[in-house]
Amino acid sequence: MEKLMEQFSLGLFFWQLVLFIGLLLLLKKFAWKPILNAVEKREEGIKDALEAAEAAKKEMQNVTADSEKLLKEARAERDALLKEAREIKESIISEAKEQANAEGDKIIKQAQAAIESEKKAAVADIKAQVANLSLEIAEKVIKEELSNKDKQLKLVDDMLGDIKLN
Amino acid sequence: MFFIAGIVSAQSHEAEEVETGAHDLKTEIKEYIDHHLLDSYDFNLYSYTTDEGEHKYIGFPLPVILWDNGLKVFSSSKLKHGEGVAEVDGNYYTLYHNKIYKTDAEGTIEFEGHHNDETHVEDAFGENLVVEDAHPSNVKPLDFSITKNVVFIALVGLLMFLMFRSVASNYKKSNLPKGVGRVLEPLVVFVRDEIAVPNIGHKYKKYMSYLLTVFFFVWIINLLGLTPLGVNVTNNIAVTFALALITYFITTFSGNKNYWKHIFWMPGVPVPMKIILAPIELLGTFIKPFSLMIRLYANITAGHVVLMSIIGLMFIFKNWIGSPLSFALAFALSLLELLVAALQAYIFTMLSALYFGMAVEEDHH
Repeated sequence: MEKLMEQFSLGLFFWQLVLFIGLLLLLKKFAWKPILNAVEKREEGIKDALEAAEAAKKEMQNVTADSEKLLKEARAERDALLKEAREIKESIISEAKEQANAEGDKIIKQAQAAIESEKKAAVADIKAQVANLSLEIAEKVIKEELSNKDKQLKLVDDMLGDIKLN
Repeated sequence: MFFIAGIVSAQSHEAEEVETGAHDLKTEIKEYIDHHLLDSYDFNLYSYTTDEGEHKYIGFPLPVILWDNGLKVFSSSKLKHGEGVAEVDGNYYTLYHNKIYKTDAEGTIEFEGHHNDETHVEDAFGENLVVEDAHPSNVKPLDFSITKNVVFIALVGLLMFLMFRSVASNYKKSNLPKGVGRVLEPLVVFVRDEIAVPNIGHKYKKYMSYLLTVFFFVWIINLLGLTPLGVNVTNNIAVTFALALITYFITTFSGNKNYWKHIFWMPGVPVPMKIILAPIELLGTFIKPFSLMIRLYANITAGHVVLMSIIGLMFIFKNWIGSPLSFALAFALSLLELLVAALQAYIFTMLSALYFGMAVEEDHH
């Protein structure tokens, strides 16, 4: 320790202090500040760029997700539309069938009604004709009867036979 | 390293040939190492002794600046490497054990100390009569000389300034580092991210200039101390003291309320303990930078002493087994010293940052 104290040089201490502080101040102004600022600025830039890239990636993912969602929606919509169309088609067909059935029934009924009325008319006509024939027969029978009894009878038989044939 | 080896070699040959008798090889090596570790008033690259026994120095003198009832400035060549008396404005100065003393025209050095009972007057050039524990009683003028170490500190400062300014100015042109900046920028970022931020926290910016300057200054000056120029700066206690003092002042002046509370009135301990802890903690604030000073000084000094001793061993062994062995050892050790140069710079910066961190730490109890 004594040797150290003896070795201690005030002059060297003084110059070291002065030169070092001078160097410190000079470097601070001309070197450390610009260097550290530049490094910091660059690091900031890199950080920003990385963040931007990350954001872009996220955006990209969002866009992909959106487009997928859109696609899905479109598909769903298409499916829904198809289904609806099918339903509409089926309902139209069934409705048409029903209508056709109803129409057919109606036509059949009308036809039946017409047939019935025709039948009735025909029956009435036949009745009238039978009545006429009967009247004619009766007239002729009466006329025959009037001339010949046998003949009249025979006529009646013939007439009756004719009627059967008719 | 090889250069130093060369010097020692030259001196050992001289010792062999001259055979002065007073110096044997071992003491000569020891003295050479001691001398190497000291500051010097001249910038000597190497010295040798001619066959006539005359010392020759290759290098250049530096200005000596003294304050002795007025400013005295003269060239160190007047001191003739401690072999002459410099006369300035009617005052006489001479070198004794690498310190400047005021003396008379004959260069008389008077001693005090354990050997005071004998009237011990010794000629300044009679180096062989070194008396242990004897202190010269001559007046030591205030010495602000531009010594070899001061020149070196200034050179390293200039080098750092030019280097880092060019790095800084490059950022004006491009956002990316170029040239030397590619090496220096990661180191700057290292100091910021590994030293400043983890130890100081979000207030680190204020301390970056000091941390960066001290880190690069200590590292570069340590590395240059390993070069053949062999100028050791960080093994001067004055230099490490100046650095530690700056750390101490920055720590003390940035200490917040919480820091001082932890020193004078430690929270969370009983009152008697608080009273006992206060002086210990106060002492601690001085011991911390003091340890910084000693650590850097001792590590670099020890490294140089061991390295040069092993180089010196080569010339003591002088055989085909010992000398190559000590050469290999010296080589390995100088590689280790390269690591130590960076490590000590890192530790000094790291601990400074740690102390700053303690000073600005917020209360979180």
